[in-house]
Amino acid sequence: MRTLTEDEVQVGVALPELVIDLTPTTVVSTALATMDFTPVHHDPASARAQGSKDVFLNILTTMGLVERYVTDWAGPEALIRGINVKLGVPAYAGDRLTFTGTVVGRENGEFTVEVRGRVSLGDHASGTVRVALPDR
Amino acid sequence: MTAANPPAGVPDPDFHERLTALAEKRMAAGEVYGEAAADPVNLPMIRHWAAAMGDANPLHTDAEAAAAGVHGEIVAPPAMIQVWTMPGLAGPAGRPESAGSPIDDVLAALDAAGYTGVVATNCEQTYDRYLRLGERPVPATRLTGLSGPKRTALGEGYFVTWNVTWYSEGERVAEMLFRVLKFHPGERKTTPDTRQPYPLGPAVNDDTAFFWEGVARGELRIQRCADCGELRHPPGPVCPSCRSAGRTYVVASGEGEVYSYVVHHNPPIPGWETPFAVAVVQLPEGVRIVGAVVDCAPAEVGIGMPLRVTYRQKDDNLILPLWVPRET
Repeated sequence: MRTLTEDEVQVGVALPELVIDLTPTTVVSTALATMDFTPVHHDPASARAQGSKDVFLNILTTMGLVERYVTDWAGPEALIRGINVKLGVPAYAGDRLTFTGTVVGRENGEFTVEVRGRVSLGDHASGTVRVALPDR
Repeated sequence: MTAANPPAGVPDPDFHERLTALAEKRMAAGEVYGEAAADPVNLPMIRHWAAAMGDANPLHTDAEAAAAGVHGEIVAPPAMIQVWTMPGLAGPAGRPESAGSPIDDVLAALDAAGYTGVVATNCEQTYDRYLRLGERPVPATRLTGLSGPKRTALGEGYFVTWNVTWYSEGERVAEMLFRVLKFHPGERKTTPDTRQPYPLGPAVNDDTAFFWEGVARGELRIQRCADCGELRHPPGPVCPSCRSAGRTYVVASGEGEVYSYVVHHNPPIPGWETPFAVAVVQLPEGVRIVGAVVDCAPAEVGIGMPLRVTYRQKDDNLILPLWVPRET
């Protein structure tokens, strides 16, 4: 795994798409790995009782997946400086989460990547990630 | 913050003022420290997190690769920052960092006033540096915003914003802004079986009443100038061709085809599940009419698609004319 360098990335470049099938195992394992034991993230009956159709991703996982999406592309030595996410529709078990992204800016040695994570209901998360890359 | 009208459906007319005063007091109090991470930053929790996320970055899990990398040692993924100070099963699940924090009683006051629904809207994290194994970050929470009451697709509610700053070894390592909407869930459709009033009823007036009376009888009525005979839609008081105010109507065949359309994804529209298609429908009679296309996936809608009108009961009083694909 190689890390992209500053001069290899241009504003406007698109990141490769990342598709994640949200199995119940994905939803439950990520909820527990982020120490979130809220029942709606692991107990379908509890999720339905509050009006949701199934268990759904927790926010700490959304943040983690956004980070992974950008570092999968940029490489292990990329430094994530910040993640700003606007949260949209729930990402339910059984759905498919598709990340797309574009490099939209470069300032003070940092690149800004616009990221969208879509599910069948619409945008689950949209926002920006600030990432610093090695200069060579 | 200026005083607004008291929110509808809240029996206590002073609620907004009391809530605002409480929020201002908590905001003025500033940062409140929480418990340090129960466990120091550690490899097993990182490994579980990386496996669940599908994150293969070796600098988080492989000591040898990490030693040769930019950090010189294993570091935690930055998006794990909140994980370290989650309360776990023993604490109040689902409300991280909030125990004893300045946001607790503001959220409790909203709960007590009927704003029991909660949905997160924004999460913004800034990382000053990556955490190393053995560090025990300490969270500090401050309330930074309260706005409302506002009408939203979920119901009336207040937006509550707080910031959490994590410190380790005497320095700031990360900060998070978190915003939730606390809303009255009673205004939201709960189950498909209970018929709630459709929230987007049409404005019926002297010009449009004939149209809605027709819809209630299963007729698609198009306004017709009583003098020159020109058809027009949407209905209006005066004929755009001859300026006559005399009007009558004809009943359309109920067939049409897609002249143009959009697929609506966002924002959410009460009474509708997104995405859905809205078409400009060309009628053989000559006018165009706007309506949603139902009983088919939005992706299947296309220009020229043959349609047939259908009438759907949206609540006890309202029937809407909608469009479905027509076999040709």
